[in-house]
Amino acid sequence: MHTFRRLLFVVAVLALFAGLVQSQSPVVVTLLTHDSFNVSEDVLQAFEAEAGIRLEILRGGDAGQIVNQAILTRTTPLADVLFGVDNTFLSRALAADLFLPYTSPGLATVPEAFIVDADHRVTPVDYGDVCLNYDIAYFASRDLALPASLSDLTLPAYRGLLVTMNPATSSPGLAFLLTTIAAFGTEGDYTYLDYWADLVANETLIVDGWSEAYFGEFTAGSDEGRYPLVVSYASSPPFTYDETTDAATTASLIADGMCFRQIEFAGILRGTDAPAAAQQVIDFLLSQPFQEDLPLQMYVFPVQPAAQLPDVFTRFAQLPEEPAQVPAEDIELYREDWIQAWTEVVLGR
Amino acid sequence: MDRSRPGALNAWRRWAGNGVPARAGQAVLLLPVIFLALFFLYPLLAILDYSLRPAGVVDLSGFARIITSAYYRDTVVFTIGQAALSTLFTLALALPGAYVFVRYDFPGRDTLLALSAVPFVLPTVVVAAAFSALIGERGLVNSLLMSVLHLADAPLRLERTLAIILIVHVFYNYAVALRLITAYWANQSPRMEEAARLLGCAGWRLWWEIRLPLLRPALLAAAVLVFIFTFTSFGVVLILGGVRFATLEVQIYYQALNLFDLPVAAALALVQMALMFGLLLVYTRLQRQMSVDWQSVQRVARAPRRRTEKLFLAGNLLLMAGLLFAPPLALLLRSLTFASDRPTLAYYLLLTQNPRDSILFVPPLYAIGNSLVFALVTLLLALVLGVLTAILIERRQRWLRWLDALFMLPLVTSAVTLGFGYLIALDEPPLALRASPVIIPIAHTLVALPFVVRSLLPALRAIPPTLAPAAVTLGAAPWQVWRFIRLPLLSRSLVVGATFAFTVSMGEFGASLFIARPDTPTLPVVIFRLLGQPGADNYGQALALSVLLMLVCSLSFIIIERSRSAGVGEF
Repeated sequence: MHTFRRLLFVVAVLALFAGLVQSQSPVVVTLLTHDSFNVSEDVLQAFEAEAGIRLEILRGGDAGQIVNQAILTRTTPLADVLFGVDNTFLSRALAADLFLPYTSPGLATVPEAFIVDADHRVTPVDYGDVCLNYDIAYFASRDLALPASLSDLTLPAYRGLLVTMNPATSSPGLAFLLTTIAAFGTEGDYTYLDYWADLVANETLIVDGWSEAYFGEFTAGSDEGRYPLVVSYASSPPFTYDETTDAATTASLIADGMCFRQIEFAGILRGTDAPAAAQQVIDFLLSQPFQEDLPLQMYVFPVQPAAQLPDVFTRFAQLPEEPAQVPAEDIELYREDWIQAWTEVVLGR
Repeated sequence: MDRSRPGALNAWRRWAGNGVPARAGQAVLLLPVIFLALFFLYPLLAILDYSLRPAGVVDLSGFARIITSAYYRDTVVFTIGQAALSTLFTLALALPGAYVFVRYDFPGRDTLLALSAVPFVLPTVVVAAAFSALIGERGLVNSLLMSVLHLADAPLRLERTLAIILIVHVFYNYAVALRLITAYWANQSPRMEEAARLLGCAGWRLWWEIRLPLLRPALLAAAVLVFIFTFTSFGVVLILGGVRFATLEVQIYYQALNLFDLPVAAALALVQMALMFGLLLVYTRLQRQMSVDWQSVQRVARAPRRRTEKLFLAGNLLLMAGLLFAPPLALLLRSLTFASDRPTLAYYLLLTQNPRDSILFVPPLYAIGNSLVFALVTLLLALVLGVLTAILIERRQRWLRWLDALFMLPLVTSAVTLGFGYLIALDEPPLALRASPVIIPIAHTLVALPFVVRSLLPALRAIPPTLAPAAVTLGAAPWQVWRFIRLPLLSRSLVVGATFAFTVSMGEFGASLFIARPDTPTLPVVIFRLLGQPGADNYGQALALSVLLMLVCSLSFIIIERSRSAGVGEF
């Protein structure tokens, strides 16, 4: 009995030591992500304590920029895990062979529709629909009807009201470009480029990134904002929930064909020196706590159907019935050409 | 030196180094050539190669896109157009300014002329932040107007317009033009003008028929110089212009890092280089015409007498002072008062912190540390290579003459082009440096090297050629000749060169944006990141960092001016 107790004591001391050692020098995993990445500190700390990992968050710009950075620093990677590449930029990342395949156990419960890469080089984490958000008070106070279609945005009534993003740098910006491509096509009398020319003529503001547009230029997102229409997500309105009125100050325009579904992925960067810890981080991104934290941190929907949505989210986040469709293979083939053509028409004016 | 030796051997000895053992001397002197070949010529050739053969086979689609697309033609037209407008406005303001400095004597005249060069050492990100703090939407003028006129919105909307780009370009180049024209004008004989006056020529005719033709060489040289500077404008256009305004520089950056269209970026870089070399040829030609007849120098400056003269003087001084002091002062004030009712150090204190939800990977203060380390390494590298280069050029052998031109090339190669060259050239062993922090001081050294060499050359040439042989005759060892004769004589120039290298590195933005990693960012890159983010804290921190960088650069300026007042430097 004494021997057993002694053994127990030794094990306990060793465990304590191991715990101490681990808490003193946790494995550091660097997560390369976009500027809009956010996670609750308590959710993150719980994961760090449990896994013995310290997660350092490296925000490298917008989604397009972080993919480019990851490609340019392939030989000596900036980070171990990349989060934030979406279905519009995915093929560029996969073509550059950025990621190590990994099948997370959490993937089993994720709906098939989100699993775009059969080799599991990237893992879907969240999704949202890129669409127009509007400042409810602005339109109400001016008795201005809401735009009912994309074409309406070129009418004089909506002159100088819309702020959107450069598709070369911003993934929601690219998603909105794809929405217009689905709506107006690339051939014929009136293509997406003609539409964009009209948008620019109607004094649409174009900025580099989503956070700049939403928090810098949108009337409901910033005190300094001057634009009551912004390209954002159908799941953004919960962010503007106002307790005093028990309502959101913004809403989305989700008519058929006015939105584009975006899925965000994470992947383990080739060249990581902590592949096991990186896998744990991927598991964490699919775990219940992170998935349930997502909606109010990044205003997107979790891919795990079992994740409980917060009340404000179910009330004010919208899911469009028929998002715009652009075949994935077309995006892969023509993305660069479309962006170049857009650049030349829109920025060349 | 032994004059009886055969000529060839003699030349060999001279080139290898006065007193330095021949072979060792030659090897050391080759260092700058190797450095330049590896980190300048090779990346540039890589761009050339890439623009012609993006995937290893000849493919001119990048050029075809540039030529056929109205968009890129517009970029070129805009680049030239904004440079021409900037030049025009700069000269239009600098000419009356120069007149004031040539004709009138007033208290503080020399100090003001010296101070007018301050913008020259201010990094573009600092100047962009300063003008945003002065006349931007969140700036001082707007917040004053809003509180005085009780407005809800900022009335002055200059951000993302051509106007603010032109204003900043005038700020940067006013002193360049002013100094060039003043120096030339002050050395012109006043006799021609006196004769014209005597014959009844006055007013506009005096300007049009006498003064402007007389000043033609200076005006042309100033115009070309200002044109070159504004033609390659990058940081100012990128930060204040927004996505709709793109010079060739901004377009190269945008194509390479955002659109990821490297062939088009390479083709644009080539167009840019070709245009720059053309401009440089024009400038060197004009510079030769600027030779000054020192014999006829007569001081004609006097105190202003009539009321109109006094008004003219006051107007010009006011413009100068406003242009010079308002933006830095606004920057300082705004960093202490932005979004706050009373002065606060809050944004400075934030610089030490790094909350996990910050868009920066390290606390902003780390960036200051990074920049200081990079700048010190740059200083050492540039000084060592600069001294060796100066010795090499000073040899004045005919077959070495091309070296002089070669070492000036980095001066006219834009930093963005250099950064882009590193991006595509230095990614394979043995030069796989692209993702390493080492690459930053290397790039900065290249940008700084021409300044260091230009600071050292005149002093080196001024050392009497008899001094070294005399010392050797008296028994001095070669190292003693350097330690006790040459280095002391060069010391002031070394200080100027070192300070230039340090300042260039602290403020360098274009190349750093391409090669600085987000985990080891430099100060200007962090300021750029913060300026692009919404939120009062980000903007406030950007202003605070800009103030700190401005102080460092102003200090450097004082050191340079003090050492230069002893007549050091050749530009």
